[in-house]
Amino acid sequence: MRIIVNGTDHTLSCDGGRRLSRVLREDLGLTGTKVGCDAGDCGACTVLMDGRQVCACLVPAAQADGSVITTVEGLAEEDGRLSAVQRAFHRHGAAQCGICTPGMLMAAQDLLARELHPSVRQVQDALGGVLCRCTGYQKIVEAVMDVSSNAPDPAMPESGAAVGARVARLDGVGKLDGRELYGDDQRPADALWLRIIRSPHAFAHFELGDVDAWAATSSGVAAVLTASDIPGANSFGIYPTLKDQPVLAESFVRYRGEAVAIVAFETRPAGEETDIASFPVTWTPHDAVVGTEAGLRADAPRLHDDSPGNVLIRGRVASGDADAALASAAHVISGEFRTGFVEHAYIEPESGWARKIGDRVELRVSTQTPYMDRDEVAHVLGLEQTRVRVIPSAVGGGFGGKLDQSVQLPLAVAAWVLNRPVAMLYHRPESMAATTKRHPSHITAKLGVDAAGTLQALSFHGVFDTGAYASWGPTVAGRVPVHAPGPYRLPHVTATSAAVYTNGPPSGAFRGFGVPQAAIATEMLMDQAADCVGLDRLEFRLRNALRAGDRTATGQVIDASVGLAACLEQLKPHWARYLDEAATANRASGPVRTGVGIGCMWYGCGNTALANPSIMRLGLRADGRLTLYNGAVDIGQGTYTIMAQIVADALGAPLDRITQVFGDTDRTADAGKTSASRQTFVSGKASELAARDLRAQLLRHTNAGEDAELVFDDGIVMVIEGDRRRAIELSTLIANDDGDVLTGEGSFDPPTEPLDANGQGIPYATYAFAAQIALVRVDTELGTVKVEKMVAAHDVGRAVNPTLVEGQIHGGIAQGLGLALMEEYLPGRTENLHDYLIPTFGDMPQIECLLIEDPEPLGPYGAKGIGEPALVPTAPAILGAIRHATGVVCPQVPVLPHRLRAWIKSQNAEAAE
Amino acid sequence: MAAYLQPRALQDALSAMSEGHWTVLAGGTDHFPARVTHIPDEAILDVTAIPELRGISKSNDGIRIGATTTWTDLVEAVLPAACRGLTAAAREIGGVQIQNRGTIGGNICNASPAADGIPALLSLDAQVELASVSGHRTLPLSDFVIGNRKTMAKPDELLVAIHLPAAALTGPGAFLKLGARKYLVISIVMVAGTLDLAEDGTIAKARIAVGACSAAALRMTALETALVGLRPADASEHLNAGHFAGLSPIEDPRGDAAYRSDAAMTLTRRCLAHLAEAA
Ligand SMILES: Cc1cc2nc3c(=O)[nH]c(=O)nc-3n(C[C@H](O)[C@H](O)[C@H](O)COP(=O)(O)OP(=O)(O)OC[C@H]3O[C@@H](n4cnc5c(N)ncnc54)[C@H](O)[C@@H]3O)c2cc1C
Ligand code: FES
Ligand code: FES
Repeated sequence: MRIIVNGTDHTLSCDGGRRLSRVLREDLGLTGTKVGCDAGDCGACTVLMDGRQVCACLVPAAQADGSVITTVEGLAEEDGRLSAVQRAFHRHGAAQCGICTPGMLMAAQDLLARELHPSVRQVQDALGGVLCRCTGYQKIVEAVMDVSSNAPDPAMPESGAAVGARVARLDGVGKLDGRELYGDDQRPADALWLRIIRSPHAFAHFELGDVDAWAATSSGVAAVLTASDIPGANSFGIYPTLKDQPVLAESFVRYRGEAVAIVAFETRPAGEETDIASFPVTWTPHDAVVGTEAGLRADAPRLHDDSPGNVLIRGRVASGDADAALASAAHVISGEFRTGFVEHAYIEPESGWARKIGDRVELRVSTQTPYMDRDEVAHVLGLEQTRVRVIPSAVGGGFGGKLDQSVQLPLAVAAWVLNRPVAMLYHRPESMAATTKRHPSHITAKLGVDAAGTLQALSFHGVFDTGAYASWGPTVAGRVPVHAPGPYRLPHVTATSAAVYTNGPPSGAFRGFGVPQAAIATEMLMDQAADCVGLDRLEFRLRNALRAGDRTATGQVIDASVGLAACLEQLKPHWARYLDEAATANRASGPVRTGVGIGCMWYGCGNTALANPSIMRLGLRADGRLTLYNGAVDIGQGTYTIMAQIVADALGAPLDRITQVFGDTDRTADAGKTSASRQTFVSGKASELAARDLRAQLLRHTNAGEDAELVFDDGIVMVIEGDRRRAIELSTLIANDDGDVLTGEGSFDPPTEPLDANGQGIPYATYAFAAQIALVRVDTELGTVKVEKMVAAHDVGRAVNPTLVEGQIHGGIAQGLGLALMEEYLPGRTENLHDYLIPTFGDMPQIECLLIEDPEPLGPYGAKGIGEPALVPTAPAILGAIRHATGVVCPQVPVLPHRLRAWIKSQNAEAAE
Repeated sequence: MAAYLQPRALQDALSAMSEGHWTVLAGGTDHFPARVTHIPDEAILDVTAIPELRGISKSNDGIRIGATTTWTDLVEAVLPAACRGLTAAAREIGGVQIQNRGTIGGNICNASPAADGIPALLSLDAQVELASVSGHRTLPLSDFVIGNRKTMAKPDELLVAIHLPAAALTGPGAFLKLGARKYLVISIVMVAGTLDLAEDGTIAKARIAVGACSAAALRMTALETALVGLRPADASEHLNAGHFAGLSPIEDPRGDAAYRSDAAMTLTRRCLAHLAEAA
């Protein structure tokens, strides 16, 4: 077989049925082409075959014989300069995590070869077969439409002007030319290939058969590991006292997809070799506990010995007297809402490799939390933490899903026990079945308001399905009651939560930790309350909005950076415009009704009332270059770029002087996990402090004052104060092991106070605020909803990089839209990306972002977080718009067409009675 | 290495089919997604190198579409108005990558209840041409696809071509697909139709097919009878539930049975309105 790839002729002798994606990645080493599903569903593997876009995972090698293939590696100019389409992606911030980018670029290339000035619709049609979970697609569309302008790259900001600049992602080029290495892009040639035997049942006892005999007779199998092979503790879990999940189950399983054994193959099977379905295990399935109602039933089986009644944990915030205030309120609106399991659906499945080096083990994995991985591996191997090194690969999307253990523990155990390098990759159905989900919720709430439209009281109870294991369940149970009142002044609140064990997949961390679910309930009640008192929905929210100096339901007085009112004020003209547009559209009769909705939110940045430190180091080398030792993992949101921007300005150095050592637990300090929208706020502050520390050292060296200017040159730092210039000859200083002659260190732990039994205390040091509005069209005969446009106003304190902030908002809206309209994970039924639907290009509204900067005094340059806040108000705004269009209060998400149609019909039937 | 055969002559493919068991492979867009967690040991017969299996040709008898003709081939072809539904279906298959590789023959032989090509072809009275070493035979598509993943193909037969008779190519055609998102979506319901008009502008013949509401897509014969003699513009008024009695929709994560029936009626009404506009 002969194929020409990126101009190079290759002769191959592989199986004719081998996927072209594997030929490219494994036989030719071209790992720029990504694989997210092997089923045509994600488009990450898109390449050009004789000039046409195809999914490389669906092309048998034999059909590529004689063809000309172009992959992402073939796009750049001969001298490595990025091509016009790559540069457009770069300047528009169209790549976040970058895992979909090669596919996007190839599809765009196909389009642009035919149409140099495409319309939005043409871009959507041409790229519609590639999924992106990060960007919400808008910046990709903008980039493709702007390729022909061939505009220059954004200039690097001047010294001192980095914060606030639209700096193109500093780690961006590798995501565009295919060189970035993700979890599955690199592994030693002699690595064993691991597969996991998983339970097909949600609740079952099992017995292993003659595993050794099976291993001996199965072709390609090097070893099998079971629970008894685990060197240390066969348990893991987020909370030190709650490690309730086994690495490998011992005799029974609590969810479909639970791991029971590791099979190590000599090499990655090409196919036909041993089917792990023949692994000897006998299952005795039991009736599974499905849903929290079943979990809470008196006769339900107890799933964990320590949790009678299957309640993992409860949360509570109480202030004032909600019952009394509801009894005396002029209007009380009550409601009941349900949400289901939601899958993270990052396009990069869990993957990585590990090896034993001497008495240490080293992992390279796709992760949001290298330090927690290190500690968990140490626990499972029975080693000191210093004997574990975790080096994160590039991360192809996380959203909370890569805050939990997946490949890390099997890799570590196998590398340690077998003393061989080992690698693994979850296939898509495995990724979906085995890993954590967003907590399903069942929320009942009552909101009381007086006749004048002032909120009086909320009583709220949320039951969350934490699935088979605790994971981040306690975080959700703790965060929800604090956030349940929404960003409003509410004197009387009782908000409670319970996380309940079931035989569902473990629910873990997912962008928002339960707050998106809670916001759906509260905001739906807010809309109805506004109607009751005859106020416009935006106006009603504005009147009740938290403002600086207000006290929250936890008794915390928020003194500064409370930008909700500013968000709403800025939305007003857009809101009026949307309402007009809807009224005009609805004057025409017909099945399509237009509606407008609004959602507000607040979100505490960082852990809930728990220590949450970050440490950053900034080194200065003898050659005058700066190295940021940055442990704040970039999962696409841009910490790599943000931290450098902050450091540059705090130090007074140009951005392009800074290189980074990233994420490696041996070389960076612990910056904490990339979660809870904390990195910009917490690690950003630590970075600022590290830079200020280094700056202070340089100034001290020359007895210069605070305002002195620093000029970094080769081997020298000039300290300039007026016409006084002092040079620091860096070669005269002694370098440390990292090669740095001076090191600044910064550490920041946001000040919080523990919550008492009534949830009183200071759970977070700062809160982000936001409001979003949506205009939707509902086809009332089919129950379909199209979100046409949205405006998102976000108080981010300070937009360190507005392009990255907008990217987070667009991506958050995409996930919020998915939550509202289409995403529902059903174990065993939607374990792939064609039955589990996430938004595509054609499902996204046109989004306008309004960035409000009400500075947070504690944050770096006033900044707080945006990662999760972006998603929280979206579903409420869409649901409010559906109600505005149809009158239906949706009691459940996702609002699938058949559900909405049924609700519309029953509403019509009621009206007819 | 498993056997992989990619014959260039139909005769070679057919003789292979007559000996031993082969997994037929065309564009691979249904084949590979069924092989994500494990690739079985199987002998593959790749039919894409056989020139006579691909392409669209017109004659007085109608249109012949080779089995390995891709959706993109169809989108880019110049076809009569009656084929607008077929072209619309082609444009709505997956994304462009899938349209570039997936074939019409694969869509039929895979026989998914949600195959978008099938209702459009049913509304064109499509005939399928099968071949084996013993010769060729032709039968109506409606008799060929008999259930969920079930066809009347014999183990040694290949689908060679689809024939659209000239008689069904005179009037307008339309296709409507309902899914829960825009691109890459499996249909919840789809409806395709063509109309033949009498001299006086009334409906002489209507061909309406509904997919994803029964194990195999079906023609709505009761409805078709009821529509004869009506003005196209009035047609959409004349629907009633009885016309759809042949459907037996199931419940799955995409929709429940009641919704599918309801949506089938709505889409049919809209499809008729489209046809009336085009007529
Ligand atoms: C992401 C994605 C999206 C999709 N979206 C849609 C969609 O929107 N609508 C839709 O209808 N389908 C969709 N499909 C399914 C698929 O693309 C179509 O059914 C396609 O037409 C199949 O053609 P193929 O050539 O790829 O078939 P293959 O996968 O090659 O074969 C399919 C089956 O048909 C048999 N077969 C193929 N050709 C012949 C022949 N000539 N004779 C006998 N047997 C034969 C094969 O043995 C196999 O069983 C989608 C698939 C993917 C991966
Ligand atoms: S890997 Fe090919 S489409 Fe997902
Ligand atoms: S940037 Fe598209 S999936 Fe992450």
